[in-house]
Amino acid sequence: MESIEQIRDRLLARFPGAQLAVVANPGPAAQHGLLLDHEHAAAIALFLRDDPVLRLDQCTNVTGIDWPEKEIVETVKSSVPDPAGGPAKIVETKTKRLQPGCLEVVYHLYSVQHGHGPVILRLRTGNRTDAVSVPSLTPVWRACEFQEREVFDLFGVTFAGHPDLRRILMWDGFKDFPMRKDYVEPDDYEWEPTPHGAVLEKAKVHYPAPAPAAPAPTAVPPPAAG
Amino acid sequence: MNPELLTPGGANVRAVHDAFHGDLLEVSMGPHHPSTHGVFRMIVTLDGERIVKLKPVFGYLHRNHEKLGETVSYLGSMPYTDRLDYLSAMTNNWAYAIAVEKLAGQPVPERAEYVRVILAELTRLLNHTCLAGFLMQDCGCSGTPLMYAFREREKILDLFESLSGSRMMCNYQRFGGCRVDPTPAWVDATRTLVGNYGAFLDEFEALLTGNEIIMARTQGVGVLSAALAINAGVTGPMLRATGVASDLRKSDAYGVYPRFQFRVPLGAHGDVYDRYMVRVLEMRESIRILEQALAGLPGGPIMDPKAKLRGFRPKAGEAYGRIEGPKGEIGFYLVSDGGPNPLRYRVRPPSFINLTVLEDMCLGQTVADAVIILGSVDIVLGEVDR
Repeated sequence: MESIEQIRDRLLARFPGAQLAVVANPGPAAQHGLLLDHEHAAAIALFLRDDPVLRLDQCTNVTGIDWPEKEIVETVKSSVPDPAGGPAKIVETKTKRLQPGCLEVVYHLYSVQHGHGPVILRLRTGNRTDAVSVPSLTPVWRACEFQEREVFDLFGVTFAGHPDLRRILMWDGFKDFPMRKDYVEPDDYEWEPTPHGAVLEKAKVHYPAPAPAAPAPTAVPPPAAG
Repeated sequence: MNPELLTPGGANVRAVHDAFHGDLLEVSMGPHHPSTHGVFRMIVTLDGERIVKLKPVFGYLHRNHEKLGETVSYLGSMPYTDRLDYLSAMTNNWAYAIAVEKLAGQPVPERAEYVRVILAELTRLLNHTCLAGFLMQDCGCSGTPLMYAFREREKILDLFESLSGSRMMCNYQRFGGCRVDPTPAWVDATRTLVGNYGAFLDEFEALLTGNEIIMARTQGVGVLSAALAINAGVTGPMLRATGVASDLRKSDAYGVYPRFQFRVPLGAHGDVYDRYMVRVLEMRESIRILEQALAGLPGGPIMDPKAKLRGFRPKAGEAYGRIEGPKGEIGFYLVSDGGPNPLRYRVRPPSFINLTVLEDMCLGQTVADAVIILGSVDIVLGEVDR
């Protein structure tokens, strides 16, 4: 199969205005991805499906990843010459940078006809709050139908052009998105006789320890023997 | 009572008939219905007895398995994978191990690869035998085929129990090998079982394959076209029953499968009968693979001596690993940020994705057919809902 760079170059020749970027995978698996722009995503997907060389006719896996915003600390070392003529001093300057968060949808494509793959497509949302829409690839591969619904259900990505975008695993009327990193589960504490671990912490909130009241009654003397 | 109602063709009878004519009836099948193989629900819209619309409803067994996988270590997820498709714990374990091994670049010793193939093919025998039994139960052959299937299943589960300590929740594979080394006595017991399995299949097939009632009930029912099956991500015996030659054991050539001689059985019509038949033929091929693997089982370590069990932290990166499970392609997608837990842990559940085409197969069929079509998809709700 062609390498991801070759595929990118071929796509760029076919779709001149498209913004494509190779997302390198530094791990030993070396399954690199291709980040698509929203505008050309559906057309590129259709091209990859019908291209006689690639023929990626099966989209096996669709999933989401939540990337919360992250503070990155960069350390830059610079040497400052000593005016007295001594050895140069090395000064470390730390700069903090806020990497914006996003939601990412990952598609794993394989070819049943040629038996090769995977080609990994990635789509990213603008942020994690209000710009959470990406184009749906369900019109290209039916396999995305339930899986995109699942990504919508658990991550909160909305798919423009999906024929039936509803919650699938959680119930209708559920408010939050459970697979997000900052999801806080509802506090539905039930009384437990012997709470421990995380449940114990919850129990302390629901049943705060009573304030120290009057001193405990003196111990009952043990019954006399015999 | 109004005497007019009793008159055939009376005014009121006529009116009632007209009011119903052409009306659609919405029926909720499940989640508590024995034919749904668990807590699965279908909202079926009927015109007379024909299905015009079918919407599956999921989530009754949802426990957010994937979130759980992000909160425990890589090895900590291994026992949870048993609970996905609880009929085929060994292949779930293997698929997860293969994904993590890809993520960490971990090699596997040869003996472990052979043991994995043996266990995966035993799982395939077990799963397909049970499925044939369940399918016949759905058809209305009450009891007998399922009882025969469960008798054989227990024999395989006994082997799993003596090897891993548990019948169904095996938790057997590790990253870089297997947890315990099978003893020579276990290998002999497996050889005996495999030697006798062909005779059981002959008996089973004599009961079912040529049975006129079963043929009348299943042939031409729930037809799926090859083009739709590929496009909808259908994998495994479901896909092969439509005539598409796709088997990951051949195309991905993972493990030591390229060393074994076996054929990939294909269907021709993509109906319920073909799905049953493909599975029966696959069991015959599994027996061939098992015979070869047991004959060629090499010595040596069962675990890679350099494999790290404690403090396992793969480098940042991601990997998608998949194998041919009994129900289709079972895959795991893992994203690591270099920490002890995966940043993202995703299961690609074959029976969930195979259900995408359930409506397409059921349209125009009767309600009773919907039951056997669902049965032929082979779902386990532990995996569908995760």
